[in-house]
Amino acid sequence: MKFLFGVEALCLACFVLLSQVSAKNSEDIRCKCICPPYRDVEGQIYKQNVSLKDCTCLHVVVPMPVDGKDVEAYCLRCECKYEERSSGTIKVTIIIYLSILGLLLLYMVYLTLLEPMLKRRLFGHSQLIQSDDDVDQQPFANAHNVLSRSHSRPNMLNKVEHAQQRWRRQVQEQRKSVFDRHVVLS
Amino acid sequence: MAAAEGVSLPTPTEEMNGAGTLMDFLDEPFPDVGTYEDFHTIDWLREKSRDTDRHRKITSKSKESIWELIKSLLDAWSGWVVMLLIGLLSGSLAGVIDLAVDWMTDLKEGVCLSAFWYSHEQCCWTSNQTTFADRDKCPQWQKWAELMTGHAEGAGAYLLNYFLYILWALLFSFLAVSLVRVFAPYACGSGIPEIKTILSGFIIRGYLGKWTLLIKTVTLVLAVSSGLSLGKEGPLVHVACCCGNLFCSLFSKYSKNEGKRREVLSAAAAAGVSVAFGAPIGGVLFSLEEVSYYFPLKTLWRSFFAALVAAFTLRSINPFGNSRLVLFYVEYHTPWYMAELVPFILLGVFGGLWGTLFIRANIAWCRRRKTTQLGKYPVLEVIIVTGITALLAYPNPYTRRSTSELISELFNDCGALESSQLCDYYNNPNMSRPVDDIPDRPAGPGVYNAMWQLTLALIFKIVITIFTFGMKIPSGLFIPSMAVGAIAGRIVGIAVEQMAYHHHDWIIFKNWCRPGADCVTPGLYAMVGAAACLGGVTRMTVSLVVIMFELTGGLEYIVPLMAAAVTSKWVADAFGKEGIYESHIQLNGYPYLDVRDEFTHRTLATDVMRPRRNDPPLAVLTQDSTTVEDVETLIKDTDYNGFPVVVSRESERLIGFVQRRDLTLAIKNARQKQDGVVSSSVVYFTEDAPQLPASNPQPLKLRRVLNLSPFTVTDHTPMETVVDIFRKLGLRQCLVTRSGRLLGIITKKDVLRHMAQMMNQDPESIMFN
Repeated sequence: MKFLFGVEALCLACFVLLSQVSAKNSEDIRCKCICPPYRDVEGQIYKQNVSLKDCTCLHVVVPMPVDGKDVEAYCLRCECKYEERSSGTIKVTIIIYLSILGLLLLYMVYLTLLEPMLKRRLFGHSQLIQSDDDVDQQPFANAHNVLSRSHSRPNMLNKVEHAQQRWRRQVQEQRKSVFDRHVVLS
Repeated sequence: MAAAEGVSLPTPTEEMNGAGTLMDFLDEPFPDVGTYEDFHTIDWLREKSRDTDRHRKITSKSKESIWELIKSLLDAWSGWVVMLLIGLLSGSLAGVIDLAVDWMTDLKEGVCLSAFWYSHEQCCWTSNQTTFADRDKCPQWQKWAELMTGHAEGAGAYLLNYFLYILWALLFSFLAVSLVRVFAPYACGSGIPEIKTILSGFIIRGYLGKWTLLIKTVTLVLAVSSGLSLGKEGPLVHVACCCGNLFCSLFSKYSKNEGKRREVLSAAAAAGVSVAFGAPIGGVLFSLEEVSYYFPLKTLWRSFFAALVAAFTLRSINPFGNSRLVLFYVEYHTPWYMAELVPFILLGVFGGLWGTLFIRANIAWCRRRKTTQLGKYPVLEVIIVTGITALLAYPNPYTRRSTSELISELFNDCGALESSQLCDYYNNPNMSRPVDDIPDRPAGPGVYNAMWQLTLALIFKIVITIFTFGMKIPSGLFIPSMAVGAIAGRIVGIAVEQMAYHHHDWIIFKNWCRPGADCVTPGLYAMVGAAACLGGVTRMTVSLVVIMFELTGGLEYIVPLMAAAVTSKWVADAFGKEGIYESHIQLNGYPYLDVRDEFTHRTLATDVMRPRRNDPPLAVLTQDSTTVEDVETLIKDTDYNGFPVVVSRESERLIGFVQRRDLTLAIKNARQKQDGVVSSSVVYFTEDAPQLPASNPQPLKLRRVLNLSPFTVTDHTPMETVVDIFRKLGLRQCLVTRSGRLLGIITKKDVLRHMAQMMNQDPESIMFN
């Protein structure tokens, strides 16, 4: 379980790194020249998808709004910057983040709403430890209960269930010390 | 532990460490002996000697075969591998967080129609329809009102945008607090006070776990995007330390030794600050100054390596599209003048005062949250604070955008190309200077408008951050403090600039300011103000200056930054010695023995040791006359962490010290595995079994769990020396003897309580051992 997490974390890191080494979109580089107002010419922004060596005022500011002898003065006031980005990385990162967030939200909804309902339907009202008029629904409330029940078959599913129940107990302990007793992290 | 090498350490015997002699090899090994319970302090000396033994064993075995030699080389290199992995993962996570925050912050205002995953700036990146006046607008990115109703301007559109902004902010913060509550309650708060305590030797199980890592990363994005007045630097340190803990578990050299693990965590903290600010050197210094407890030189080099790898990884992910690590890179290099030190020092004083105010107010509010009904509604509290923040932040354009963008705008100087309100100066149309050297200009109406808005933003941020820091979501403190300082600094800078322009014939300005030259750079004042406020709150010194000049690239401005940082620290220290993190440690009652506190009272060890005059006598074990039943009763009736072992009750000469946990595990193991051990078996700690009649049940040898070299002081040792010993060696308890006879025990908790009492604080607030 630990090892799996470590491998997952490394995979994420490698993926994010590699995804930006992949083929560069031509739209991902640009030269941006900002030219302030000059005499009777208005301020303008010029953008072109050129590489670093072509990122000068003369290459990018087309059509040139002033005549020959004023070009130098005009270009001196313009500021040209070369910028690069990786649209692939942005897309991949946002989509990975949203999917992880979505999975966590689904799991949270399952734990807080669906599971107590299912347990209640399967085991009846009397088995729940937590009382019904507890407004703050504590997830993992019946972790002890379920743990004591399933100790017979040592197969894979049971091991996962055991690990999950152990994790829930830990989280409940943490929640008690942080939220209820305000002992840590107040 | 560098200081410890000067002291001659008594070498613990082999039995302590499990690398036993031949006789012990025939004994059964005890499982889990040498691990620690939750919320307890580790024994630094034991961990150090265990590591030395392990290293010696590997070195001696490496001479046997090539394979063993390779194994010893791998063991030596495992530290560097761990640092590399930490750097890679922290950098990647920081890149993901930055990109996601960028996108989600803009999601509150609108959405990109061509590709929904682009933020505002990225959406308009390729557009050709940006004009000079509206360089931020492009048709691909639309605000919500425009998308939903088709109207872009007007009161209705404004109200709809306002309403949706608040709604998104509430949604994000609600998701954040629910995720924290359901999955990982330890993921809330900043994390730095707890990491400081963990690095000083405390154990908090689960604080650096995998679920905490995942939830902290995910909810940090949500919390920052919701517009609350918090930053992501402190939580990034926590995330990096979780990565460090994760990779420690891959190597037994670090997973089994708590002392070595903390070396890795120090380096991971440096990597965390490095990716938060893009400041590798600043990160290492921050780890050295603020976070770590023992920082040997070997850790310095490894921290630097981890910080560099992390910064490099973040750079290759390139979240900001221009190869800069942080948004605040400033490009001007205008000089500053000696006379400007006066406003810089004033900004330092402001920073110190604000730091004191913030710490006192925040601690009072957190104490309220801890003790009254307020603490019972964490989710509601987060939602209300977010609602108020969003409600008040939207109308002011300076608080509506994210705090990092605000700081970036305030740090940057106004060239001829700026179109923001803050740069609405009266330009000379015939001016033809290059952009870096614009002379001082009179302010237009836009600047005065901006000053008003900035003043309101300053007051708002000062008040709201007090209530935000410490809520049950990941929250950092660096960015809000820097924002407060930057706003104050910019206001002062513009004031000085206008004064220099309009009154250039005053004596102060005549010497340095010529009309038509660039005298005052308000952006520099903003930087200095940010450094002052950050220093006033956290009381950082060297690391602050290094982080600031690495953040901004302004090496010319080291002296103003230092002046402001030193002033703010002096002013803040005049009101209270502790920074925000030490105050939170005190609020929670963690057993943190600060290396900075000086103990100057004349008390002796007898005044602090237990048992006191009216207490029951010290609970001891004898070396060969206690039965298993007695031991178990002792363990059950008392809650001491350990028991001294004496020769006999009459002579009370000290043999050694045994830990409660080790004793419990050893007896439990013996009852299960060894036959013949019953309740009336005698427990002995000597080398040979005591002479007993044959009818007695088999005695139980527990010499393996006994520490034969506990630290002792005499009863007349001054407490100054005792506190020094505890601090430098990382002890948990110390025995007090007189002429060889055991008198009492001093634990770390007693020391902390005594120090609190001497400083007239509440000694009952120390909760943990």
